[in-house]
Amino acid sequence: MADTLDEIETLPGSGPMLQAKDFKSDQMVRWCPGCGDFAILSAVQKVLPTLGIPKEKIVFVSGIGCSSRFPYYMNTFGFHTIHGRALTVATGVKCSNPDLQVWVVTGDGDGLSIGGNHLLHALRRNVDLKVLLFNNRIYGLTKGQYSPTSELGKKTKSSPMGTIDIPLNPIAVALSCEASFVARAVDTDLPFLSEVLTRAAKHKGSAFVEIFQNCIVFNDGAWDSVTAKGVREEKMLKLAHGKPMIFGSKKDKGIRLKGLEPEVVTFDPAVVPKDLLIHDEKAPSATLADMLSHMREPVPQGVFRDVARPTLHELMDGQIAQAKTVPPDLEKLFKGPEAWTVTT
Amino acid sequence: MSDISTKPKQSTSTQIEVIESAVIRFAGDSGDGIQLTGSQFTTATAFAGNDLSTFPDYPAEIRAPVGTVAGVSGFQIQFASREVLTPGDAPDVLVAMNPAALKANSKDVKKGGILIVNKDAFTPMNLQKAGYEKNPLEDGSLSDWRVIPVELTRLTRNALEGLGLTAAQTERCKNFFALGIAYWLYDRPLEATVRWIEGKFKKNPVFVEANKKALHEGNSYAETAEIFGRHYCVRKAPIKPGVYRNITGNEACALGLVAASQASGLALWYGSYPITPASDVLHELSKCKNFGVKTFQAEDEIAAIGSAIGASFAGLLAATGTSGPGVALKTEAIGLAVMTELPLVILNVQRGGPSTGLPTKTEQSDLFQAIYGRNGDCPLPVLAAATPGDCFAMAYEACRLAIKYMTPVILLTDGYLANGSEPWLVPGAAALPKFEKRTLLSPAEYKPYQRDPQTLARSWATPGAKAYEHRLGGLEKQDVTGTISYDGDNHEKMVRLRAAKVNKLTQDIPPTEILGEKKGQILLVGWGGTYGSITAAVQNLQKRGEKVSSIHLRHLNPLPPDLGGILSGFERVLVPELNMGQLLKVLRAEYLVPATGYNKIKGQAFKVVEIEEAVDVILEDLKKKGGKN
Repeated sequence: MADTLDEIETLPGSGPMLQAKDFKSDQMVRWCPGCGDFAILSAVQKVLPTLGIPKEKIVFVSGIGCSSRFPYYMNTFGFHTIHGRALTVATGVKCSNPDLQVWVVTGDGDGLSIGGNHLLHALRRNVDLKVLLFNNRIYGLTKGQYSPTSELGKKTKSSPMGTIDIPLNPIAVALSCEASFVARAVDTDLPFLSEVLTRAAKHKGSAFVEIFQNCIVFNDGAWDSVTAKGVREEKMLKLAHGKPMIFGSKKDKGIRLKGLEPEVVTFDPAVVPKDLLIHDEKAPSATLADMLSHMREPVPQGVFRDVARPTLHELMDGQIAQAKTVPPDLEKLFKGPEAWTVTT
Repeated sequence: MSDISTKPKQSTSTQIEVIESAVIRFAGDSGDGIQLTGSQFTTATAFAGNDLSTFPDYPAEIRAPVGTVAGVSGFQIQFASREVLTPGDAPDVLVAMNPAALKANSKDVKKGGILIVNKDAFTPMNLQKAGYEKNPLEDGSLSDWRVIPVELTRLTRNALEGLGLTAAQTERCKNFFALGIAYWLYDRPLEATVRWIEGKFKKNPVFVEANKKALHEGNSYAETAEIFGRHYCVRKAPIKPGVYRNITGNEACALGLVAASQASGLALWYGSYPITPASDVLHELSKCKNFGVKTFQAEDEIAAIGSAIGASFAGLLAATGTSGPGVALKTEAIGLAVMTELPLVILNVQRGGPSTGLPTKTEQSDLFQAIYGRNGDCPLPVLAAATPGDCFAMAYEACRLAIKYMTPVILLTDGYLANGSEPWLVPGAAALPKFEKRTLLSPAEYKPYQRDPQTLARSWATPGAKAYEHRLGGLEKQDVTGTISYDGDNHEKMVRLRAAKVNKLTQDIPPTEILGEKKGQILLVGWGGTYGSITAAVQNLQKRGEKVSSIHLRHLNPLPPDLGGILSGFERVLVPELNMGQLLKVLRAEYLVPATGYNKIKGQAFKVVEIEEAVDVILEDLKKKGGKN
């Protein structure tokens, strides 16, 4: 991963360099004051101009939920679809016009509950979509029911005695679908979030990004135990490809393998142990990434996996190009193999 | 392609009787190759110059237990030297490959008709599986018919001896032996089937020889063994000159979509999830990739329509196809397409419902679902095809209207049309109706929900078009600008505008054709796949001098603007439907006419005679009441 945004080369584009304000629509943003969504919107609006893609070639597609209002606030093409179905619509958009860069904004309810099936299939097909899953572990727009990522036992309006559903792990789900790009970031860490979004934007294929996002009204502080200032360095691990897994404000903690499980080791930062795990986003199998996805202390963020494989639109267009060696002849198609002529 | 007009008639020394029409049904285990046998008979019949109509009837199970009634597959064809409108009410000839096939089908055969049965299959075990206590070939229970027992298995085995085939391979050729017999009985040429065999098994010369031999031996057997005494000739029908092919409704739908794609200059997107009886449309379209067709077998019905809505948003000609249960799943997304006013064709190949219902059987019970089945006031155009070949024209028209009016359009066909076939006059690509030119205001003037006053359609600015960036969605739109609006007055205006737009389609509906006089005693109003049965019945009644007319609706929403006037010209209006009376209720609500229904809900098409009898009841009633006119 590039260390700063400046080091990231821009994609070929046309026209003058756009700015964040060019991506702001004329609609008033109507999230609750203090919502984590504002920060993500701002990060996206800052990243897009760096990509060099004209804004008419960018499409934001969403489902239903607080996060799904996102397209209305972007001055690009946008489609606020129905609950859970953003990925299906986005698949049609991308494969119809591969020139477009298509982003999907979804949440833990929209993307993992009602739309869970579509997530599996979009990722396995490697549809070239940038999927941002805002995970606040709650249903916000319907005012506070538990979601598929709510922690077990959580008391909400619809679970006064605590939830009895085991939560889903979005990163593990994505990896199990062989998603070609899987990452995690936090709404309150704007520079790192921007880096991850930029990497996702530049990835060819499905890019799945889980964003820890705070719902200030219905689940305030859901991620504080790992993301709050002062604890973040101790509780989260920033993944860097080819680098040993080191964290802590003093860079004195690392991850090594004990049997089939990761363990935390503490050391003198001047003498980094040789047996620390080295992160490998490009590993052919998802084993390492999957292990990391289940780590609770520290919680990894950054890119878990980034591998290349053909995208759905490439394969689809490839078959069409191959089929076109037979020239399209409508009348021949109409006639089929066994036509006959009546002459009298 | 062959030219039938120059083909000499086969002639034999045996007595040959010229008849006007015939109906034959092949029946056997679903593994017996019945559909193949039927389709070969169809091709031979088309080449013989007859008009024809076919209908396959197969079980929902892929391989129900061998030898059971549940596993029986059938294929029926009517062919004639006159116009043929249906696959026929009752077979003249049944070819039954086993006791179960006989049991399931014999009651349908005309009294005095012929039952050709594979005698070898009438073993105690097969009889038991079919539920026969005694062997019907021996107990006199088939005395209503002329039974021709043929040792199909043994004769086929003898014919193919020495070719080195296994017993199972030999067994699989017996349907061609039976086909050879049927060809002799109706004096059909063998050439088309021989050509088909040579093409199909070209990698396996021994199978070519075996199947050809079975066909020829069956044919010779029928002649030399003199099992029938006479055979029949059905002369060429007076058919409009041109190039023809045999086509099923599903094939015709697929071709209609491809043709619309070519005519509109928009690549076709077809998102679909496998479902009986609509899957063949997906199969056909997936073979059309050289036309730029993008087929997408989605993870479910909702993803199928979602992908099509996305494709439409991106500027493609988008369609999705399914059957009733699939439409149920797509319902919310159809509402989204109505709200976002994007063009989209939704094909519903109806089957028996509710729920999973009768997957392989036909019904017309999704009309309410098509017209009303969504949340909110959510109107959209509904079209219905009348015959297998008409599916082409209606699929094409659905695309044209969807784009012209920027709206989802539902096209209804049904299992009977989808799998049934008829000869289809192949249209010239140049003769297809034109697609309207689409225009877009300059970016400065463009507003997403500004409407064309002629059609009330909004314009279609697609992603990639510079300076046309805008957002669509399922929330209510502000008139003209298309931004979100929760304003009550605006909502009412938009609800009324969407309805008014759909009503504008009346300007595209051609005048309703009336079969018969414009005024009279009884008007039959049909829609969808019942066209053939109703038309044949009304023709028969008219020949008898009855003052009966019929119309057949292809536009179910909006209804044709001249319909009200036509209905008022008759003393009685009868609406035959394969449901509990859905169009009936629509007509009564719309026009306040005292129409009555004639309804059948057995998973089968109407027989012509059933409709005639229903009309007779009304005629009798009118007579009793001393009806005027």
